[in-house]
Amino acid sequence: MSKKIFISCDEATTICNKSQYKEASFLEIVKLKIHLFSCKICGAYSKQNATLTKVCSKHLHKTQGERKLCKEEKEALQKEVVKKINSNT
Amino acid sequence: MSDENKHSLEPNNWVKEYSDYLYNYTITRIDNHEQAKDIVQETFFSALKAAKNYRGQASERTWLIAILKRKIIDHYRKINSRKGKAEIKVNFHEDGDKKGSWLEERVPQLWDNEAEKQIENTELKSVLDNCINNLPDKYRLVFNLKNVEHYETEEICNELDITASNLWVIIHRARHQLRKCMEDNWFAK
Repeated sequence: MSKKIFISCDEATTICNKSQYKEASFLEIVKLKIHLFSCKICGAYSKQNATLTKVCSKHLHKTQGERKLCKEEKEALQKEVVKKINSNT
Repeated sequence: MSDENKHSLEPNNWVKEYSDYLYNYTITRIDNHEQAKDIVQETFFSALKAAKNYRGQASERTWLIAILKRKIIDHYRKINSRKGKAEIKVNFHEDGDKKGSWLEERVPQLWDNEAEKQIENTELKSVLDNCINNLPDKYRLVFNLKNVEHYETEEICNELDITASNLWVIIHRARHQLRKCMEDNWFAK
C-alpha cells in the first residue's frame, strides 16, 4: 500500500474490501475515509459492498458434517492403489 | 525413539482408513468433487513412491496429510497459471493520467432502494450461488475459504503458499466481479 495520503479508487476499493473482514489497518481506514469524502463512485461501491457482505453472511454457510466418498468410489480407489502397490514391488 | 514406538505404513488400508478424511479435507478447499477425488488418489500414489523415506516419526495420517497439503498447493498453482488475469475484468484504468480510477463501464450503478430489505430473500441465495460459481477457479477458491470456511488470512496464505497482498488482490477482484454480477442479476433491476 502506498505511503501517500491521497489514494486512487483502485486502492480505496481494496481497503474497502479488506475492511469487510475487519482487516484494514487504522491508517488504511483513514485514507479510505478521506477518499470517500471526495469520491461519490467509491461511496456507492462502499455501500453496495457492505450490502454484499450482509448477503454473504446471511446465505453462505459451512456445509455441515463430513463429506465422504461413496462405496463404489472407494472400491475403485482401492483397486488403483493396490495396482500401484503391486507394480512397485 | 525405540522401534516399537515407531509408526509404520499399511498402504493396503489407506483407502479404508483415510480416504474419507483426506477427501473431506480436500473438498472444503477445492469445491469440485472430481478434482478432489483425483487429488486424494494422487496423494496415495505419491505416498507409495515416498514410502521408503518414511521414518515413522509422524503418524501415518499426519504424513499423508502433509503430502496432501503439497498436492493442494500444486493444484492451486496450476489453476493460477493456467487462468490468469485475462479471466477477470479490469475495473480501473491501468496506466496514464487516470491510472487507478474507475473505467466508465465498470462504475457501480444505482441499486434499488430496497436492496437492504431483500437480503433475506431465498431467491437471492441462488443468484449469489450462481455468481460465486461463475468466478474463475482461483478466485472462487480463495473467496470461499474466506467467506464460507472463515479461515484466517494467514492460514489461507500458508495453505496456498501465497502472500497476504496476493490474497487481498484476489479478494478485491473476486468481490468486484461478484458485486457486478449481483448488480446485473438482482440489485439493478
